[in-house]
Amino acid sequence: MQFWIVQTLNGVAYGMLLFLLSIGLSLVLGMMQIANLAQGAFYLLASYVGYSVVQRTGSFSLALVAGTLTGLTIGLVTERVFMRRLRGRTHSQVLISVGIALIIADVVLIIWRGDPVTIRPPALLAESVDLWGVRFPAYRLFIIACGLLVAVTLNLVMGRTRLGAIVRASVDNQEMARAMGIDIERVFLLTFGFGSLLAGFAGVMGAPFLSVYPGLDWELLPLMLVVVVVGGIGSINGAIVGSLTLGLLDNYGRALFPNLSYFTLFVPMIVILAVRPGGLMPRR
Amino acid sequence: MPGLSLLGLLLIPAFLGSYPVFVLTSVLIFAIFAMSLDILIGYLGYTSFGHAAFFGVGAYAAVIGALRLGQSFWSSTLLALAAVVLVAVVFGAIALRTAGLPFIMITLALAQALWGLAHRWASVTGGDNGLAAAMRPEVPFVGHLESSHAYYYFVLAVFVAVVAALSLLVRSPFGLSWRGIRDSEIRMQMVGYHTWLHKYVAYITSAFFGGLAGILNASLTGFVSPDTLTIGNSATAILMVILGGPGTLVGAALGAGVIVVMRDIVSSVTERWTLVLGFTYVVTVMFIPGGLMGLFGRLMMRIDSAAPLRAGRPSAR
Repeated sequence: MQFWIVQTLNGVAYGMLLFLLSIGLSLVLGMMQIANLAQGAFYLLASYVGYSVVQRTGSFSLALVAGTLTGLTIGLVTERVFMRRLRGRTHSQVLISVGIALIIADVVLIIWRGDPVTIRPPALLAESVDLWGVRFPAYRLFIIACGLLVAVTLNLVMGRTRLGAIVRASVDNQEMARAMGIDIERVFLLTFGFGSLLAGFAGVMGAPFLSVYPGLDWELLPLMLVVVVVGGIGSINGAIVGSLTLGLLDNYGRALFPNLSYFTLFVPMIVILAVRPGGLMPRR
Repeated sequence: MPGLSLLGLLLIPAFLGSYPVFVLTSVLIFAIFAMSLDILIGYLGYTSFGHAAFFGVGAYAAVIGALRLGQSFWSSTLLALAAVVLVAVVFGAIALRTAGLPFIMITLALAQALWGLAHRWASVTGGDNGLAAAMRPEVPFVGHLESSHAYYYFVLAVFVAVVAALSLLVRSPFGLSWRGIRDSEIRMQMVGYHTWLHKYVAYITSAFFGGLAGILNASLTGFVSPDTLTIGNSATAILMVILGGPGTLVGAALGAGVIVVMRDIVSSVTERWTLVLGFTYVVTVMFIPGGLMGLFGRLMMRIDSAAPLRAGRPSAR
């Protein structure tokens, strides 16, 4: 019983990390029809930057800020320099995101040499906590809390604020949004930047949990894609359901069938696609 | 032009050493790989980000056949081709429920699922270490194709056969239906085509030849590892197609040649091949969307339209 509680909590924590990564991808895909395959690379870059900041300053909070800013910056640059020039050419945008992902991956190798590293959680959260009869790392609870906070905030912003209405309008119907006077280019820039900002945030949050190593970017990318496909493009709640499902599957899978565990992650995608090609909670 | 190229491919290796011939063989193998992908990208209009799956399945099945089941090159090849078709039948049924960007994402995820299998199921696949097996073909009247040159000519023969087959295929009514689907699937459906079936067959055909490339590569190198199944491999194949020019077949082969040679040269000088690959991607997408064949075509048009003026005579066009 204890084993299952730990596995479930681990799965939820992992799911929350996936959520942070996937929601940016999903929103950008839904609004701009850009499948940003560099999202994994953004995560990795921010992870390593966070690591360096911790090495220099010992401060986890500073690393978190640095990683988040790294994510934001790289996203803004990518959108402005590349995506904007390829507006409307979704095929080209996907391909160029692959090129950018490859470049970032190699730059990371050049700077940090390919050593797997990790960040230690801040002292405040380094302990384990007693929960339902098991000892569980407080840091992972922190990840779960952060993920929930982001999810709730996003839902509130999307549903209750003017900014949210603007974003939703831009997702639903670009032409009308433009006609209503909404500066679509700015909305695009901010949305893309927000997505990559979350990737950067996730990068530092996830480092104590997943470690940081070359190849992690490509390992996480398909999982994000599965979350988006399963959850429904552009759907926040779909992303939550999808990432939790995947997070739990990953942990149970590793525990029960380690040889096939990565493979079993894709089974729900296959099943969902067979039954509902639009995903669990399609926006339309 | 094709005759000249064939002549070149036949004669030049006679003057080259083992290693350059090895690279040239690799060029031909990846040309097959890229051309098979061009069917999907250039002709059907569906960009698959998981083509490495078939390359890898072909390679692994062939090596496992040779290594664990003691099969010859020929029977391993048949076994591997069957495995590839089986995977394509399953993957195609799943992936073709979508199109466009979801199709890209799902094909990527499916291939990655196989990578995970190869990576973790060490007892069958050798995990990260891969599997090694000497599996050169035994050709009647010729013997065992051990040397670089001998295997090169074998692959060249296969390459020519594949080019012929694919060229016929894309010009056939069935092949033309693919272009129809690419241009407007709705229109094709209204005219009465069962488009899903056409797409499915295109997908399986593309997979078949992709797997063939994987088998040939496993035989060339005597080795297979999860690297054959990576996103990098799929992405490289896509670059070969778009660099050369999608929808031309020749473009894909050309793109393969450029990338394989470039990779060989760059890798001998530096470790930064991924960086070069990334830059090539960005440059190709931003500045050469029609690929090298597209550039070539535009160059020819300019020459054609300029000639009459230079010759001082009105053009017949």
